[in-house]
Amino acid sequence: MRSLIHITGLGVVSAIGNSVDETLQAFEKGTSGIGPITLFPSIHQNQLPVGEVKLTNEALASMLGLQQPITRTAMLGILAARQAVKDSGIKNLNSFRVGFISATTVGGMDRTENFFIDYLKDKTTGNLDDVVHHECGSTTELIADDLGIKDFISTINTACSSSVNSIILGSRLIDKGRLDVVVAGGTDALTKFTLNGFNSLMILDKEPCRPFDASRSGLNLGEGAGFVVLVSDRVLKQESLKSHAVVSGYANTNDAYHQTASSPEGRGSFAAMQQALEMSNISIRDIDYINLHGTGTQNNDSSEGTAIQRLFGDEVPKVSSTKAFTGHTLGASGGIEAVFSVLAIQKGWAFPNLRFKTQIPELNYKPLQELRKGLTINHVLSNSFGFGGNCSSIVFSKG
Amino acid sequence: MEALMTDLKTKIIEALNLKHLKPEDIGDEQPLFVDGLGLDSIDALELIVLMQEHYNIKIADPEQGPKIFKSVKTMAEYITSHQAA
Amino acid sequence: MAVYINGIGTISPQVTFGDVPFLEAPKDVTGNRLTCIEPEYTGWIDPKAIRRMSRVIRMGVASAGMALKEAGLDKPDAIITGTAFGCLEDTGIFLTKMIENNEHALNPTPFIQSTHNTIGSQVALLLQCQGYNQTYSHRAFSFEHALLDALMMLEEKPLSVLVGGVDEVTDHSFSIMNRFGLYKDDSVSNLNLLESKTNGIIQGEGSSYFLISSEKGSNAYARISNLATLYKPVDGTEIQKWIKTFLMNQSLSSNDVDLILLGSNGDVTKDSVYSEVASSVFPNAAVGVFKHLCGEYQTSNAFAMWVASKILKDGSIPSTVLKKKTNQNPERILIYNQHLGHHHSLILLESC
Repeated sequence: MRSLIHITGLGVVSAIGNSVDETLQAFEKGTSGIGPITLFPSIHQNQLPVGEVKLTNEALASMLGLQQPITRTAMLGILAARQAVKDSGIKNLNSFRVGFISATTVGGMDRTENFFIDYLKDKTTGNLDDVVHHECGSTTELIADDLGIKDFISTINTACSSSVNSIILGSRLIDKGRLDVVVAGGTDALTKFTLNGFNSLMILDKEPCRPFDASRSGLNLGEGAGFVVLVSDRVLKQESLKSHAVVSGYANTNDAYHQTASSPEGRGSFAAMQQALEMSNISIRDIDYINLHGTGTQNNDSSEGTAIQRLFGDEVPKVSSTKAFTGHTLGASGGIEAVFSVLAIQKGWAFPNLRFKTQIPELNYKPLQELRKGLTINHVLSNSFGFGGNCSSIVFSKG
Repeated sequence: MEALMTDLKTKIIEALNLKHLKPEDIGDEQPLFVDGLGLDSIDALELIVLMQEHYNIKIADPEQGPKIFKSVKTMAEYITSHQAA
Repeated sequence: MAVYINGIGTISPQVTFGDVPFLEAPKDVTGNRLTCIEPEYTGWIDPKAIRRMSRVIRMGVASAGMALKEAGLDKPDAIITGTAFGCLEDTGIFLTKMIENNEHALNPTPFIQSTHNTIGSQVALLLQCQGYNQTYSHRAFSFEHALLDALMMLEEKPLSVLVGGVDEVTDHSFSIMNRFGLYKDDSVSNLNLLESKTNGIIQGEGSSYFLISSEKGSNAYARISNLATLYKPVDGTEIQKWIKTFLMNQSLSSNDVDLILLGSNGDVTKDSVYSEVASSVFPNAAVGVFKHLCGEYQTSNAFAMWVASKILKDGSIPSTVLKKKTNQNPERILIYNQHLGHHHSLILLESC
């Protein structure tokens, strides 16, 4: 019998806001965070729209009380993780067996790519401070050290499904009685490396993206961090904490079709959603809202869209991709969208899929075009699918 | 055209790391994708880079790929007609 | 609930694959970088797939294939990989061209191959394994967390899980790490590593995959009892207390450990923690070492687990591993490894 895993804290920073409140305001106003590149010089400036967090590295460092900036990935992570811990109501994390599980695809690459400019000309040059936190795990430890957590610290890297996997691992560790409290999620900063990488795959939209639209032509990269605080039922009751939602089901599968493309029928995503629902012991009819992976690429939206239709048949619930607001935040997307999913439950909202106009012809449903409020949202399904066929789905339910 | 096709075959083998092939193993009109050489969508992107790097031809829309990269011959024809412009 | 190691594939700076004697003639390499001895990959990977794979991916995929073959399986239920640095070669290639070409005409292949989960994903793709697939990239806990994840899965269901630890060194990574002053000068032989009495390490690399299951296979090596990790301990007292508590939680004492396999890496200052643990906590156990064979790298515990598994299966300890002998036949081995003083780990194995 699985124990209840509660979410008692949320923290999020993305292109649409530096906190939960700012994020909710952006959803209400329908203001997307997609805009031009400002963080670094690039030939793609004014060509490729992105979802940047509206804080420079210096501003972030100052907000966080750091003497000087560290890797942006860690700073975004610290900002969101601190919010989550504060929101959780837990006074002293270390009075419990506590874990910190993060996810990132870029790690400290935002600094490494600067190092390489000098280093490639002369291997004795380049500032070593720029590469000391290159490793994914190193950026995680910067955040864990800031929170004062050391019982269990880990980093998952499964491309765009990474931070859902962090939340899943955290839930499993609590369920098995190995930990009492886990701060879980992910963070990724926008880097020239990833921007050019995705551009070489020709899947970036030169306009603000249109997920799940028939005319969609790619994704916009984003950045940010999203963390939740997971606690056991015992800790919730003992500390009289408030449950925002529970983690009621999850699954991790592999599409095993191609290194970057998803199978046309979405076999990996279908299996992930189906198994997550099975574990949560709820039927397709009980899902009130799906936060789509919905990147805006021809391939993902077609594959995911088909898998949803195969699973839900004529009973597809309200769906939307929030990546039209934030851009695709890669390793952070699962964590950020987990926060959005829990907010949907708390507020009774279902978010709009901005810039949607035309239904994908092969699908029998379309995403929401407007923010819907005053709903009863009991169960939300959130999808995150990544390169390498890594597919993860998670169900959040009212606590 | 012959020389261009031979040159293309050499460059394709190098770009796609088809170490087990020699230029004479690739037919001028042999399908490059699906059947024939069995190349995939990533290879198509690599061929777009090849066209830009070696022949100064920019293909902005990957959807054009299947037509241009049908065979070495169609690639050579595309290069010839676009370089002349 | 018992967990068995039913198959192993290891590619390392020693000859560790194929039908070869177990570490009988270790390679003598002078210098501060050990490089893997690699198999003929066409025996393990479809040639059409190899063309896109960088070295570290080939190493991972081939060692996974070796583990499965030993275990007599075509496909596992789950694939869990630990890699601290991921695919460094491809990262370096893409980054270099991005800078040198000023972002023009960039090849997608090194980018897509550079993501840390490529190794585990390629294994899944080639095996058509649609089950659970995870990659841990947490420094010197990457392999340990992959193993922990697998043990947790096996508590719930009888599965066969491929668990791996993979890391490579490239010219760029070696050059940069060298600038941090981590390495010994290059005049040391790896076989004299632990007698070198100087600071610094030698860089290593390797790939080891294990097929583990709650069902004992006909080729089973050993049982995995448990593992533990410790982050940034304050001092040696905390480390020793942690080790004793770990054993107590398995209803064991230090006298129940026949061989303590240590991650001593030849850094005369930092290795003192190992000698203290050996003399204070395990005065009666045999002592073994392994890093002179594989070098220092963050998933080196995967190599250690191969060494320990082989010892338990064969019933004897290779002379290159054995540092202190006892009369005990090795039936229970505790691996203790640490990285840069911050990441300490224990893996306990028993004969089956």
